[in-house]
Amino acid sequence: MDFSSINPILLLASLMVAATPIILAAAGELIVERAGVLNLGVEGMMITGAITGFIATVTTGSPWIGFAAAAAGGAGLSLLFAFLTQILLSNQVATGLALTLFGLGLSALLGQGYNGIKAPEFGKIDIPVISDIPVIGPILFSHDPMVYVGIGLIAGIWYFLKYSRAGLVLRAVGENHEAAHALGYHVIRIRILAIMFGGACAGLGGAYISLVRVPQWTDGMTAGAGWIALAIVVFASWRPWRLLIGAYLFGGVTVLQLNFQAAGIAIPVEYLAMSPYIATILVLVLMSAGRAPGSLGKIFHASR
Amino acid sequence: MLMLEKRAQPSKAWVYAAPILAVAITMIVGGAVFAMLGKPPIEAIRTIFYDPIFGDFASYSRPQLLIKAGPLILIAIGLSFGFRAGIWNIGAEGQYIIGAMAAAGTGLAFYPMEARWLIFPLMIIAGLAGGMLWAAIPAFLRIRFKTNEILVSLMLVYVAEAIQASMALNLLRNPDGHGFPGSRNLSQYSSSANLELIANSGIHWGVMAAVTAVVFAYFILARHRFGFDVRLAGQSPRAAGFAGVDAGRLIFICMLISGGLAGAAGMFEIAGPAGRVSIDFNVGYGFTAIIVAFLGRLHPVGILIAGLLMALTYIGGELAQLSLGLPGAAIQLFQGMLLFFLLAVDVMTSYRIRFGKTE
Repeated sequence: MDFSSINPILLLASLMVAATPIILAAAGELIVERAGVLNLGVEGMMITGAITGFIATVTTGSPWIGFAAAAAGGAGLSLLFAFLTQILLSNQVATGLALTLFGLGLSALLGQGYNGIKAPEFGKIDIPVISDIPVIGPILFSHDPMVYVGIGLIAGIWYFLKYSRAGLVLRAVGENHEAAHALGYHVIRIRILAIMFGGACAGLGGAYISLVRVPQWTDGMTAGAGWIALAIVVFASWRPWRLLIGAYLFGGVTVLQLNFQAAGIAIPVEYLAMSPYIATILVLVLMSAGRAPGSLGKIFHASR
Repeated sequence: MLMLEKRAQPSKAWVYAAPILAVAITMIVGGAVFAMLGKPPIEAIRTIFYDPIFGDFASYSRPQLLIKAGPLILIAIGLSFGFRAGIWNIGAEGQYIIGAMAAAGTGLAFYPMEARWLIFPLMIIAGLAGGMLWAAIPAFLRIRFKTNEILVSLMLVYVAEAIQASMALNLLRNPDGHGFPGSRNLSQYSSSANLELIANSGIHWGVMAAVTAVVFAYFILARHRFGFDVRLAGQSPRAAGFAGVDAGRLIFICMLISGGLAGAAGMFEIAGPAGRVSIDFNVGYGFTAIIVAFLGRLHPVGILIAGLLMALTYIGGELAQLSLGLPGAAIQLFQGMLLFFLLAVDVMTSYRIRFGKTE
């Protein structure tokens, strides 16, 4: 075992990368849940985004088009969920599970013939001057653009929920859909838009895994990242900045166990590999969750 | 303009019609997907749903049907209790794995002793206990810390998969296996083998257990106080509280039932059809069983039928893979679609469609 082989600067830098798919997916789900909808299909939307993004990138050669396709793929799949839960009033838990099972099958089908291909490189952007600062530079300012998109998304969501009128309406719909309906807001329409936003974000998160983190396509490659994103939203008590902390915590555990594996620590690889999932459970237990949106997971029907 | 109007009572007719309609729609849309993949749709549907039972090789595939349906039914019966009560154990796959590992470990600990009367029952107990233990974790955390059981039980699937890999590579690895991963073959060890009870029928102890579970579940839900509590808690948690139903106890029992049955299913699988501990021993029965439970309307008899149907899509899917080159993922998609359409059609159970103007 050789701990000196672990470079703390590289470790923190790769932590930012490992957390990014979770940030993207969890940010979308946060909006969905603040609108009062529990979409358990994040994993399915992520994996769909991962493959649509991968196919688009391999075909066109442009990761940007790939990410756009991933967002479209995730949003498209989420429309199924929106239609079932909002128009046909189906149970959200069951429908979310169905979405995940369906997404895993769909992605495996679409991904045939794409196994083993390497995605084109998605270049880093070194922000001039500040990326040359020792220690902080490589950790914070020398990443691919999506890392910053993720952080920007969190900031945007925070501003949207806290300061914009539309954010206030969204929160009202999530807290009490009967009251929001009585005030004349279109509960169903707002929720469908929120679900689509969540799907697009999950798609981006999935594509980040298949295009940047790995970067290859294998069946079921999101390996529970969607579920972890769901857990992070609960951990964050539905607040954007806490979500960022949760995702970095998770990214830290992931990166650390990978480094331990590389350093040849005495713990078998399989036990190290389970640590992110155990850490997620521990975090869920230790952080007593804040108050969930009042109408979360409840079916809205204007008949009452 | 189409409008939905809530029914005063859920429609009895639609409760039965919805799954049948969902299967029919899945066949049509599935056929369209197969056509898009360039496969003959009608032939594909026939290969999946008809050939395994009545086709040329049915004598081979019919026993397979029961072998696949056994674990699906066993797990789904367990899940149905929790789902009825609003307790979402979706980590049955993990409980299935841990049950199998516990049973395999127990069996291999006695190797090569010959004492089937002792070892085989012990393995069943170990399977049950392993699954229960794995399900007790989310149950305990839910009761004690209000932790979301959906997320915890699901996270534990990934932990269980890691344990399974470790078992196949280290602790339970076959010492005579020339260093290859995987354990000794339990189905070739006469004290642990879960063999067919009637030759070429596919009926092994797991199938017997599944049928027994169906009968027991039916009577518990229809006749026993516990079944009443479960249904009450699902339909109105508040009313259940007033009626003196202990919510924590209910969660624990429901989770233990589903975990135990999933663990037992794992035991029967690893001692019989699968045979040995390997890295990829689990094939997703725990997730497919969720579809089975819903398709069977969370009713024991319904689950029995749904389990057989879902087993049919597995077997038929394999046949279609061989004869038509239909990709395996298409079947996975097909199963997911089935659940989607069921949930969609289900709107008719509690709402009726009215033609009228929006107010």
